Amino acid sequence: MTPVRISIAAAVGSILLILIVLELIRGRRLKERYALLWLATGVVLLVLSAWRGGLNTIAGWLGVSGYPPAILFAAAIMFVIAVLLHYSTVLSKLTDDNILLAQEVALLRARVEALERESAAKFTEQPTG
Amino acid sequence: MSGRIVAVVPAFDEEEAIGPVVAGIRDFDPGIDVVVVDDGSGDGTAEAAAAAGAIVVSLPFNLGIGAAVQTGFRYALEQDYDLAVRLDGDGQHDPAELTKLLAPLARDEADVVTGSRFHGENGSYRPPLGRRLGITWFAKLVSLLSRQRVTDTTSGFQALNRPAIALFARDYPSDYPEVEATVLLLKHRLRLLEVPVEMRERETGSSSITFLRSLYYAVKVTLALFVGIARRSAVPNEETHR
Repeated sequence: MTPVRISIAAAVGSILLILIVLELIRGRRLKERYALLWLATGVVLLVLSAWRGGLNTIAGWLGVSGYPPAILFAAAIMFVIAVLLHYSTVLSKLTDDNILLAQEVALLRARVEALERESAAKFTEQPTG
Repeated sequence: MSGRIVAVVPAFDEEEAIGPVVAGIRDFDPGIDVVVVDDGSGDGTAEAAAAAGAIVVSLPFNLGIGAAVQTGFRYALEQDYDLAVRLDGDGQHDPAELTKLLAPLARDEADVVTGSRFHGENGSYRPPLGRRLGITWFAKLVSLLSRQRVTDTTSGFQALNRPAIALFARDYPSDYPEVEATVLLLKHRLRLLEVPVEMRERETGSSSITFLRSLYYAVKVTLALFVGIARRSAVPNEETHR
């Protein structure tokens, strides 16, 4: 059976995580789409730490006989990996978007400069009168 | 040669070499518009290119060779050019050889013509061992994947027609792009032709590829090749399908 103190510490930690994420969303410092995975992490860890019988049962299914809190760590690590993987996909998309924007800016600037040269040439051709 | 032609020249810190490259292309055929894509150079590359008579497209920061070349193709597509040729900004591609690249396009025998250093009997080009191994590895791999004999997948000396410009403007790989681009091309059913060319030694500077980097690129590009083969979005569209 999981020691009570571990369950309490884990539950407090999970609640803290959920509160911090909610506060970040409220202050618009975290977009909802990136917060979802973190909220799921907090909720699942909270359930696993509060529902002590359930943690034991799951540990039994997975063949973890000696130390059920190991399941807590495993769940936490899995979620962190999921979040990191999600970040990699976000980063890849941002990289692509960034390249596209840089190309667009360069092409537009070349067109603007060409237009400027064109109008400057016109201006000098016709003397103003 | 009919139609409007644009020469796409990617350049990163090639202040010394870029002027002669642009002048060389304009000497070969003054009708060719030269677009130098300045890939966030810290030196006077853009000014030198403009002084030599090129249209300069300056990227706000360094994007790497693939994205720089793609910028040129996007320019070609936007400005509605009929043909595009691509030469490196370091002067290793001789504009006099452009005739060989453009002729098959004019006869509509290919969509892309690549100048190969290894095709045919002109074996004067001898790269260092590591580089040679890499080039051979990719040539064999690409030949296998595309079921067509390809001898030089790392050559950046190319001529393209409209469908090929449209494809590369939309989708062009990033690092060491020529290898993946070859596979992309063949997947979209575009016809690739290699012609033998001579390439000059680099006029200034040193090749940007060191040993560890080339190993890293070799692994990365190999991975990208297999991913490219399995990728879903490779269905040829109406425009490029023949």
